[in-house]
Amino acid sequence: MKILVAVKRVIDYNVQIRVKEDNTGVVTDNVKMSTNPPDDNAIEEAVKIKEAGKATEVVAVSIGEEKAQETVRKALAVGADRGILVKTDGIIEPLAVSKLLQKIVEKEKPDLVFMGKQAIDDDCNQTGQMLSALLNWPQATFASKIEIKDGKLEVTREIDEGLETIEINVPAIVTCDLRLNEPRYASLPNIMKAKKKPIEQLNASDLGVDITPRIEQVKVEEPPKRKAGIKVSSVAELVQKLKNEAKVI
Amino acid sequence: MSVLLIAEHNNKELKPFTLNASTAASQIDSDVHAVIIGHNCNEAAKALSELPLIKKVIQVEAAHYENFVAENFAPVIVKLAENYSHIISSANTFGKNLMPRIAAALDTSQISDIIKVIAPDTFLRPIYAGNAFATVKSKDAKKCVTIRPTSFDSCESSGGSAPIEKADPGEEFAKTKFIKREEVKSDRPELGTARVVVSGGRGMQSGDNFKLITSLADKLNAAIGASRAAVDAGYISNDHQVGQTGKVVVPDLYIAVGISGAIQHLAGMKESKVIVAINKDGEAPIFSVADYGLEADLFEAVPQFLEELNKLNTIQK
Repeated sequence: MKILVAVKRVIDYNVQIRVKEDNTGVVTDNVKMSTNPPDDNAIEEAVKIKEAGKATEVVAVSIGEEKAQETVRKALAVGADRGILVKTDGIIEPLAVSKLLQKIVEKEKPDLVFMGKQAIDDDCNQTGQMLSALLNWPQATFASKIEIKDGKLEVTREIDEGLETIEINVPAIVTCDLRLNEPRYASLPNIMKAKKKPIEQLNASDLGVDITPRIEQVKVEEPPKRKAGIKVSSVAELVQKLKNEAKVI
Repeated sequence: MSVLLIAEHNNKELKPFTLNASTAASQIDSDVHAVIIGHNCNEAAKALSELPLIKKVIQVEAAHYENFVAENFAPVIVKLAENYSHIISSANTFGKNLMPRIAAALDTSQISDIIKVIAPDTFLRPIYAGNAFATVKSKDAKKCVTIRPTSFDSCESSGGSAPIEKADPGEEFAKTKFIKREEVKSDRPELGTARVVVSGGRGMQSGDNFKLITSLADKLNAAIGASRAAVDAGYISNDHQVGQTGKVVVPDLYIAVGISGAIQHLAGMKESKVIVAINKDGEAPIFSVADYGLEADLFEAVPQFLEELNKLNTIQK
């Protein structure tokens, strides 16, 4: 079995983002970038499946600017066998990403495609579902547990009401929740080894997909600020304020 | 052209967020039709027809719609879509799972999780966990939009009498099988809609200590929330998680106990009307969004809180 894992380069989740003064977006220059956190879970799961002898190859793919190569390299350092970078410039919407991934899937013919359930930059939560629609494959979104059983997958999904379990045929798309596993750190020897693993570079324009944005980003603003509150000195004062000032209890 | 709302239900009743999504849909165009896909869902379809904002209900019934599998639902909506300018659903796990499958089939770039309708083609949506707001304008002929339910009021639920039309079901998608759903049953208000939410974080130190949160929530008739750290540590189940990857809540009163206030958690609660933070670390980021901060050891403060509440003659429910 072959697993393709899609990884996205995003602003690190610990960075307090800043909106650009001209309201065209957020500041990304000189800002720490990392792999989108649930994409780390996706890579980890694929590598674990390979380590358990149930997969033969894990291929990491990223779509984005040249520097997204670092994100692919990180996936290689934690156990992916080889990488693919599809180079694009500018904003690329989930629909376009899923169309590019479809081309990669047609070429690579993986049995499973894993990715994070959501990217923490645009918070869209679309790409996995869109890709499975384009391929007409089953989708298991928000996965917190994956079991491989006779060529099928039993996936536990995190839903608002609790947990849902579905069984899907392979080939399939799985989008991963943060609770799926605990991603490992890359060890120094493995980081060194990853430098020798191959990364195939492609240009999005060579894949024959129209990736022109369909959504105009009119402006990006700071959210309204909350008024600063006060510190109370005792529980009695807190309860009194909640009762008589805020009138919420 | 009209707007098509995808109703969320459990085959018996409408899910409350359908009422919020109806409000959002009506702000795009007053001609709102709603599709309900399910199995033996007549009662829910009737409830839908009684929403005054809904002008027509389309009911699609088949056994394979009983468990809301997106692979079965999407083709039904894609087929109906030709008559509509917009397809709308809630941005909860139901809508998040389903809508992109529809959008891709319609070759439309979806707009997720909007918090405001600015114009029929222009919407406001949070990005970066709510640390920035983007105004976006769709250039697609057909628009697929999911709405953040807590950002729109629920609509009236009675007084309407929209006609209910039946539409033919589609085929079953055989490669995906529903197995089971483990719903967490509770007598408490639902986290997403509760007036008061009491949340615990890693500061609770154990699952057992969460009974302090439970007692406080009992007293205030509140829903129980948790930070991701508390969920990951196994103190409480994931359906309680508030934050970027959990639920977004906007209660009248949010009480954060032993929660430091990671960006991801703040994203899920900072729009609450009144925020209380109890934390022994006076530098914790949660205090930057709290209206009332109490720097104290929660294991002393929460029992005192209960005592003080017991002294009150009345507590709002």
